[in-house]
Amino acid sequence: MLTEFGKVLIFLMLGVFFVAAGLITSWLLRPRKPYPAKLATYECGEEPVGNAWIRFNVRFYVVALIFLIFEVEIVFLFPWALVYQDLGLFAFLEMAVFLAILMVGYAYVWAKGDLDWDKPKPTLPRIVKPSVLSTPTREPAGTPVT
Amino acid sequence: MEELLQSFIGESWLLYVILAVPPLVFILLYALVTVWTEMKVSAHMQDRVAYMYTGPHGLFQPVADILKLLQKEDTIPAAADKTLFRLAPFLVFTGTYAGFAALPFSSAYIGSNINLGVFYIVAVSSIVVVGLLMAGWASNNKWSLFGAMRSAAQVISYEIPTALALLIAVMITGSLNLQEVIRFQDGGIFNWVVFGGPFPLLQKLLLLPFTFIAFLILFVAGIAEVNRTPFDLPEAESELVQGYNTEYSGMKFAIFYLAEYANMYLVSAIAACVFLGGWSSPFGDFMSGPLWGVFWIVLKGFFFVFLQIWIRWTLPRLRVDQLMYTSWKVLTPFLFVCVFAVGLILVL
Repeated sequence: MLTEFGKVLIFLMLGVFFVAAGLITSWLLRPRKPYPAKLATYECGEEPVGNAWIRFNVRFYVVALIFLIFEVEIVFLFPWALVYQDLGLFAFLEMAVFLAILMVGYAYVWAKGDLDWDKPKPTLPRIVKPSVLSTPTREPAGTPVT
Repeated sequence: MEELLQSFIGESWLLYVILAVPPLVFILLYALVTVWTEMKVSAHMQDRVAYMYTGPHGLFQPVADILKLLQKEDTIPAAADKTLFRLAPFLVFTGTYAGFAALPFSSAYIGSNINLGVFYIVAVSSIVVVGLLMAGWASNNKWSLFGAMRSAAQVISYEIPTALALLIAVMITGSLNLQEVIRFQDGGIFNWVVFGGPFPLLQKLLLLPFTFIAFLILFVAGIAEVNRTPFDLPEAESELVQGYNTEYSGMKFAIFYLAEYANMYLVSAIAACVFLGGWSSPFGDFMSGPLWGVFWIVLKGFFFVFLQIWIRWTLPRLRVDQLMYTSWKVLTPFLFVCVFAVGLILVL
């Protein structure tokens, strides 16, 4: 008798097997005619400039940290959600205190602006009104060109 | 279903392999139908006709597409990390398919009836993000890298609302096993969690606004988790070409596509299971049973898939800062209020 997680393992193996089977079928059917231009990195038809493996501002570093904290907290919440109806008001209040502590941190992060992503700040182009005098006078239509 | 098959072939590894195949068959058929539907729906929304030549109303076009993709040359850029590049499609698809393991298709069939169901699906669907990051990084392409980074930021941001919305359902039903969750809601449309669950009228009316909000948020976060418009920033074609799968071609690209469609159904079906009674009939005992169960859950799943398609062709794409704002400053606080309120109502 296989346990339920054993069945999950079979699902994982079947997923890998399916992808492998698809790729092998395609490997048998497809043409192979590589040349340098085809193997170049795609950069909209231009020759690629530099490498993509560079030091890179990941931006969401703080967001990732907050995510981690929230996720751990949710891991704690799930077992609580299963049984709190049997445990009654006491369990509920305890979790409320736990959440309140988390909320303080959440409010702090919010107030510090770490939840804000960079916003575009569009600057509207200023339109200078052309003065009446500087507008070029147009020749009336039909004037013969001299 | 397991007992029935066991009486035919006995207790062997073959039995379990056969039991794991139906979701795979379902994914393939469903992808064919949905690709066609999406193209047709989008076309009619924009006053076009879409596929018309292959078969009646282009019905065979998805099949032709698969045959074409199978024969396409599979180029791996010279600059790419070849091992990771090849590994990424495996991770993306397997992660999605592992989610289907805990998804009930009827009262008689579920791939693996684990008692952690809901939690397991939330956890295992994160493998997909690793696959996307891997694909983006291994391609050694700037578009891919940006797409993958955005995708990771987006998915982890929306995982919190998803998990919290599911938590509300768990609090009400008191079980993590999806079959148990559905059985709890059995007995007609008004027992569904989205309508407050099978409680006395007063409690139901108190719960209703919070469960409804939680359901809406779960659906919105689900769309974001599968990277679809209006949250399709990771593959925003006007700025990032194709995002993380820019460099992929042929069958590998097809696998990414298939996984995306499978994921669409996965989030829809979870929302349907947890909030809309899964395989249970909306008319109580009428039209209920294992086979009707398949009909109901697929119908509910398809309804949400259609809704996702509809939204995709209706709404424009969000900006990255709006995306983060929605998740962290709108959905998450709302859900904390919901968790608190639902907890209080159920305890008192």
